[in-house]
Amino acid sequence: MRSAGALGAGLALGAPALRALAAETYTLPIANGQRPLVRYPQKRPMIVVTSRPPQLETPWEVFNDGVVTPNDAFFVRYHLAGIPTNIDLDSYRITVKGKVASPLSLSVAALRQMDAVEYHAVNQCSGNSRGFFEPRVAGGQLGNGAMGNAKWRGVPLKAVLAKAGIQQGALQVKFDGLDVPVTTGTPDFVKALDVDHAMDGEVILAYAMNDTDLPMLNGYPVRLVVPGWYGTYWVKHLTEITVLDGVLNDYWMATAYRIPDNACACVPPGTAPAKAVPINRFNVRSFVTSVRDGDTIRAGMPITLRGIAFDGGYGIRDVAVSTDGGRTWTSAALGRELGKYSFREWQTTATLAAGTHEIRVRTINSIGQSQPAEALWNPAGYMRNVVETIRVRAA
Amino acid sequence: MLRVLRHTSIALATAAIALPVAALRIELPAENARLERAPGSDLATAQCSACHSFDYISTQPPGKPIAFWKAEVEKMKKVYGAPIPDDQIDPIAQYLTRAYGDGK
Repeated sequence: MRSAGALGAGLALGAPALRALAAETYTLPIANGQRPLVRYPQKRPMIVVTSRPPQLETPWEVFNDGVVTPNDAFFVRYHLAGIPTNIDLDSYRITVKGKVASPLSLSVAALRQMDAVEYHAVNQCSGNSRGFFEPRVAGGQLGNGAMGNAKWRGVPLKAVLAKAGIQQGALQVKFDGLDVPVTTGTPDFVKALDVDHAMDGEVILAYAMNDTDLPMLNGYPVRLVVPGWYGTYWVKHLTEITVLDGVLNDYWMATAYRIPDNACACVPPGTAPAKAVPINRFNVRSFVTSVRDGDTIRAGMPITLRGIAFDGGYGIRDVAVSTDGGRTWTSAALGRELGKYSFREWQTTATLAAGTHEIRVRTINSIGQSQPAEALWNPAGYMRNVVETIRVRAA
Repeated sequence: MLRVLRHTSIALATAAIALPVAALRIELPAENARLERAPGSDLATAQCSACHSFDYISTQPPGKPIAFWKAEVEKMKKVYGAPIPDDQIDPIAQYLTRAYGDGK
């Protein structure tokens, strides 16, 4: 993704800007990729995919600043236009109900008194990079910036459920937050995890993000954090936890956020899968962040190439970099590990002769999962993880 | 246009302890996107604006045929419960195709 840095005087949306909110635009390298850059509350200027419900993408250069994504640059994705803008902690409660022995009503203060855990974890939108699908598909037209890595602090869901006492026959746990539909026919955004997953000790009710409160648009005051799994499960402004003796079959589990039921989560372009399952764990991805497609670099001089890699929580085994379009590969040096769910920095040095070069980065994780050389396709535009290619000119 | 208000009713026990704020209120920026003016745009504006901003439409992939746009309008009605009368689905899809699709 490349910032044009172009300062459009208005918006390219066919109407004069009513207010001087979005003086700048950001151009994603896709057809119809021009987006306004707008400063939302508690945010630096972000790439606006849609303004209602808010879908904000992180400007790409942020990912070269460090492996932890600042709260004010962290991507935002809501599904429903009825989002909370005013939350009072005195009245905010998280209820735990359904197939439990003792229903609970927890304040944030009560949650903060329970034993906490803390770890770094990547959150990534299921549709991150959807805009690069070919053929293009409907949905939020995202570049690569609907992902971020933060340090989350909160209480294990396991401890909260243990306090309530899960009853026999429980199959799933469902999660609802304060965001609501604006018409009666729209299904409320509610998601579920299997009981075993909910009780794995890693899923947390997070009340802190990078050592401070969550921004409102990232789920203040408490969101579910499901490390290694796509953001659709990370329910924001969490208020209801319900233990079910069945499987949640609402729109958001049974119709939306489904992937082809095969190893690649893919089908031939333009076709529909015969069978689909709920989206779940991240696949492997890696990016170059220190140079961008179209850059010109110094020829004949060593340059540092740097970037990030992550997977669904198995751990990064190797990041390989090619500067000749994939013919030869060299292992990069890996940066400090901040945990198996975190971005992992990689770095290598290359000396490129005058001319054009294709830089590629490909990662393999500890269980042997890697990235495809050619992009895979599915109808909803989920889980893109092709080996990224950056074209540069050395001069 | 942009405001974050924090209030706290909790007295600080010691200055060294950062207590959580007791409330948070934000104001979202105004929407700027408008639909392209053309026959049918009033209908699309009326039927689509309750649930989402128009940039959801204008950022979709360019050059898509009417099948793409009609599928989207039908999805909004059937799946998301948009109260779009049946006889308005085709006019809205035709407008969207002319303004944002392949024009046919």
